[in-house]
Amino acid sequence: MAKQIKFVQGNEACVEAAIYAGLDFFAGYPITPSTEIAELLSQRLPRKGGKFIQMEDEIASICAIIGASLTGHKVMTATSGPGFSLMQEGLGYAIMAEIPCVIVNVQRGGPSTGLPTHGSQGDVYQARWGTHGDHAIIAMTASSHQDLFQITVEAFNLAETYRTPVILLFDEGIGHMRERLVLPEKGEIPLVERLRTAVKGGVDFHPYLPREDGRLPMADFGGIHRYNVTGLYHDMWGFPSDSPPIVHGLIRHLVDKIHNNVNHIARYKEYHLEDADNIFISYGSAARSALHVVKSQRKKGERLGLLELQTLWPFPYDLVREKCARARFVLVVEMNMGQIVLEVKRAVEKPDRVVLANRVDGVFITDADIRNTLRIIEGKGV
Amino acid sequence: MAVKDYIRERFFPHMWCPGCGHGIVLNSMLRAIDALGLSKNEIVMVSGIGCSSRISGYVDFHSLHTLHGRALAFATGVKLSRPELNVIVPMGDGDALAIGGNHFIHAARRNIDLTAVVMNNRIYGMTGGQYSPLSGQGILATTAPYSNIDSDFDVVDLASAAGATFVARTTTYHARQITDLLKAAILHEGFSVVEVMSQCPTYFGRKNRLGSAVDMVERFKKITTPIGSKAKREHPELIERGIFVQKETTEYCSAYDDVIEKAMKGN
Ligand SMILES: Cc1ncc(C[n+]2csc(CCOP(=O)(O)OP(=O)(O)O)c2C)c(N)n1
Ligand code: SF4
Repeated sequence: MAKQIKFVQGNEACVEAAIYAGLDFFAGYPITPSTEIAELLSQRLPRKGGKFIQMEDEIASICAIIGASLTGHKVMTATSGPGFSLMQEGLGYAIMAEIPCVIVNVQRGGPSTGLPTHGSQGDVYQARWGTHGDHAIIAMTASSHQDLFQITVEAFNLAETYRTPVILLFDEGIGHMRERLVLPEKGEIPLVERLRTAVKGGVDFHPYLPREDGRLPMADFGGIHRYNVTGLYHDMWGFPSDSPPIVHGLIRHLVDKIHNNVNHIARYKEYHLEDADNIFISYGSAARSALHVVKSQRKKGERLGLLELQTLWPFPYDLVREKCARARFVLVVEMNMGQIVLEVKRAVEKPDRVVLANRVDGVFITDADIRNTLRIIEGKGV
Repeated sequence: MAVKDYIRERFFPHMWCPGCGHGIVLNSMLRAIDALGLSKNEIVMVSGIGCSSRISGYVDFHSLHTLHGRALAFATGVKLSRPELNVIVPMGDGDALAIGGNHFIHAARRNIDLTAVVMNNRIYGMTGGQYSPLSGQGILATTAPYSNIDSDFDVVDLASAAGATFVARTTTYHARQITDLLKAAILHEGFSVVEVMSQCPTYFGRKNRLGSAVDMVERFKKITTPIGSKAKREHPELIERGIFVQKETTEYCSAYDDVIEKAMKGN
């Protein structure tokens, strides 16, 4: 069978991937540059018997998808900057109550209303620490529509595997750019379905007692097991508790289930790292420019490499340390005042050899911007 | 079944103060559910944060204890994704109408089939006695030491204006009426609001010198009257009890079924 090929915006690729992954409930509130996701899903979801609802704000949107996830559905919401800020309390709830869901943030310039129609990667730390309290989080990104498709499907898979919200941190550049997308066939990318408990009716079901492998089977609301779900610290029945051993056990579980699996969650791509003197680390649309520079400078004999991160959180410290072990300089290319660069400094053995190549004026970072930073490192001046 | 068959005895004693009105609401609600013969598996109780919202932990239904003010938003997701479930949403007055006010009017406007119960004690109990949007002028609260200057909402007027298709009010003195109204509200297909005037003797009562919990409950008898009664004509300041709105219009989830049908035809 001939593959279906489309020429689409990144936001549309995200929609295609979400449907491929089994999305059947979406709640959202319009905001540039993510609005197309809501518009397209309002059309696509009812065609397959799924549900779309435009809520009164982003707070309500994230709450509604959490409710729908509990009845056994794969759910998603999509937003940008200001809306992502409004979702932070709900995000923390989904972390605490361990509800699988996917939250797309097509980043725009911030803070505040900022630059609605321009790209930025300024929300990387917000994704990590935006909601209050200690916690772990999964956040992923991509630099091309084909990767965006793959990563979106994997976001749904990870949400189910770890019973957690997963953030997709795209940016305006990727969201609105048009590019070729080859739709994978059914079965080509494996899907992780909801793990439901095998405990029979009438037998005490512990919704918050992890199995030996750390996973927590769920029971759909409306089914035979009735249990409590809360954002408070809770025991194995989901009932509120402030007993120190229970509190300690739960926070450890919430953090460990993600951080102990960094290697399973890490997604990345690498280009020419084997012999690279200097290495770029980049992600999202900025990685496109970084890759350009690698390719063009290699033609001139300069040994550059690129490590493109697709999983930003949990940050793959070991991976970055290993890959950068032989590099003279590490250049972190990102469109913010320096966020992932700080994590890279924490990861590598020689943090003073880590340099930021950035752009924060709403204009997409160019090859020239990156080359200028390279020249400065090499003492050539710009 | 007996009322105790609907509760999670493992989680008792409950956290409410002696004399708190929230227990009366719980008891009357379970009687309504029992009288309707609903199966526990088909009921989801969604609540926010507050003393009132702790009610969801004590009942043996699917229970979702959420965020302050957001219960109706979570409940909308539960209901729309699984319309056959009965979704009951108990909320405090601050929960429902301060932080949750926007969700309240929009759930009413959509006419989605949720049963919203506003447990109105006119104060923020859980945080220790601050004024709420239902306290009204002249009330003393920990954040209104010189007496409150904020006007209050009328829950019935607000819900009706926003489009709720079932709107009723009663008090904790009238426990049997709570049961009757909740029965009708749960059966109603559309967004229903039942306001239950309730007592917080610990904060509202003490601050405003309203006496014991029993005094407060008896006061509800004195200051309320059935809708359209002779007493109301003679004493217009009395607060009316009963069903104010009960009408049939298209419910949201069934309207969405039509959307699905249209979308599938166009495929
Ligand atoms: C976002 C947020 N803001 C504030 C609070 C603190 N808070 C908890 S309960 C509550 C008010 C409770 O009053 P009400 O809803 O009337 O219920 P009651 O306790 O009186 O039953 C407040 C302000 C919170 N939990 N979350
Ligand atoms: S503080 Fe008030 S509302 Fe809270 S449990 Fe005590 S009496 Fe009830």
